[in-house]
Amino acid sequence: MTSPLQQKIKIAGPSVVTANRTHDGVVIWRTASGWSTALADAAVVRIADEARALLGAALADDIGAVGPYIAPVEIAADGTISPGNLRERIRVGGVTITLPAMA
Amino acid sequence: MYAHDELDRVLVNERVTEFRDQVRRRLSGELTEDEFKSLRLMNGIYLQLHAYMLRIAIPYGTLSSAQMRKLAYVARRFDRGYGHFTTRQNIQFHWHKLADLPDSLAALAEVGLHGIQTSGNCVRNITTDQLAGVAPDEIEDPRIWAELFRQYTTLHPEFSFLPRKFKIAVIATPQDRAAIKIHDIGVALHRNAAGETGFEVMVGGGLGRSPFIAKVINPFVPRRDILSYIEAVLRVYNQYGRRDNLFKARIKILVHELGVAKFTEEVEAEFRQIRGGALALDDEVVADIAARFSYPAYEKLADAPPELARAANDERFSAWRRNSVARHKVPGYAVVTLSLKPTGGTPGDATAAQMETIAGLADRYSFGEIRVAHEQNLVLPHVAQRDLPVLWRALDAAGLATPNVGLISDIISCPGLDYCSLSNARSIPIAQELTRRFADPQLATLIGRLHINISGCINACGHHHIGHIGILGVDKNGEEFYQITLGGRADEGAVLGHLLGPAVPFDQVADVIEDIVETYLDLRQAPDELFVQTVERLGVTPFKERVYATR
Repeated sequence: MTSPLQQKIKIAGPSVVTANRTHDGVVIWRTASGWSTALADAAVVRIADEARALLGAALADDIGAVGPYIAPVEIAADGTISPGNLRERIRVGGVTITLPAMA
Repeated sequence: MYAHDELDRVLVNERVTEFRDQVRRRLSGELTEDEFKSLRLMNGIYLQLHAYMLRIAIPYGTLSSAQMRKLAYVARRFDRGYGHFTTRQNIQFHWHKLADLPDSLAALAEVGLHGIQTSGNCVRNITTDQLAGVAPDEIEDPRIWAELFRQYTTLHPEFSFLPRKFKIAVIATPQDRAAIKIHDIGVALHRNAAGETGFEVMVGGGLGRSPFIAKVINPFVPRRDILSYIEAVLRVYNQYGRRDNLFKARIKILVHELGVAKFTEEVEAEFRQIRGGALALDDEVVADIAARFSYPAYEKLADAPPELARAANDERFSAWRRNSVARHKVPGYAVVTLSLKPTGGTPGDATAAQMETIAGLADRYSFGEIRVAHEQNLVLPHVAQRDLPVLWRALDAAGLATPNVGLISDIISCPGLDYCSLSNARSIPIAQELTRRFADPQLATLIGRLHINISGCINACGHHHIGHIGILGVDKNGEEFYQITLGGRADEGAVLGHLLGPAVPFDQVADVIEDIVETYLDLRQAPDELFVQTVERLGVTPFKERVYATR
């Protein structure tokens, strides 16, 4: 399989690198120095070379994270980061349905 | 119930031990994700949007009460307190942690459950009629044959790395309740004029990106030869199936590209080579498998006991009974479907508490046996008719007696974008809204039998192509849109639905379905003309005109 780094990277706006944490599958984002479970901590990139470097760092941590990829985000005027599409909104906010209460 | 032997127990336990070590090595970094992924998939473990998902096979849809209790335990101990029954008689847990999976699988192994061959390019869980063994018009219990196929295909070295996944379903009644015509191989047991039994073999059915209804390649394969014939089909597929293109790798594409005649010729040639060999099924072999199925010690009871007559005054009970209770082959007994489609609920979901309730009710009223239907409902297959009123009250209290089985709110739905990493659009919220729109039992009864199937992507896990109304989620420039098809059928007259017109946005889907249903009510020739029959008679045009007139 072609490595994500060997594929042409095109980004159309601010982006982050996200993955699932290996031991429990929880959604995580790549920060400047590691991983966080908060999108607010994510390192934001705006050009392809930056995205490639961030993705490369994420891929290098094969123990901690599964399937890193580049995802679009939106940046509000106050700097707040929010997910850039529905899939990412669901990954951030969780399922859009009410789950059964544990009983 | 089928009594698994020591070989099965050893196999499942050894797999748990092996997988525990693989997880340890993955978490310590000895295994990369690339190395580990195929190993976890071999045990039915996927990574979805929020967590790991564990898919557990329920062979031919038969569960014991002990197994159901263990599923409840796993739901509580290792997941979020519920499970999701699928269209292939499996159950999925969507919130597992990788570190917990060995313990979860070990717990399941205690009752013979596992995730082996619920993923990967191998032969998947063998499915059948949820009424197997109790249907009045059954030639013989199809689970005997499903179990034979299960044993034959489990860890089969030649067929563990097929071009793509492979699904087999079997029935033994004229009515198809297992959707066999959308399987890679569908087999239907028949009896010929001489009184001999054999199998009609259909190949190349499947939905997804390129939907096809299976074609009959042999109308009657003698029972002695059925394993040889299936092996011949698998060998032809293994040899000629495409491995260069994931989207063209299923056997349906091979059958389509070679043509049915040429494909059949290849299978028959292979069959001639192997017929009568090691796979020939002597009667003793079949009898041995059959003997491992135990059947209840039914009481001698009469149909229509007084308890039923007394309960008939309760309109809620009667409405439930009309839709949820089917005939049993033994007088005085009935087959009860438990709706997992409550108003506003997630189709196919059951909480741990419900699973425990069902296990208890199965012990009390159904000889400890439960079935999973491909419509994502559960079934108690051996209920004395006298017990129906008291069973209904217990089910009603547990939220398992929604009187909608076979009706418009008995919706088949995949998990969709709320969970699935392949999905383009959400399925469950659409299903939930539709169950609210059609929650009135009188309205649902007026509409009559109508199956809605929803898939969140082209992979079609919700079988949208064969829904009377099919709904397919697509991504249009980052927005959820839904294509609608009409006139599909999953039964013995299986056909693919026809596209209604342009896709509609998320917030219009329920309105559009209401328009379609109103059009049907206006156009049907008689109250007993089913929705799908009206579509067959008139085509989609009148529905299209109504739906798009104002959109």
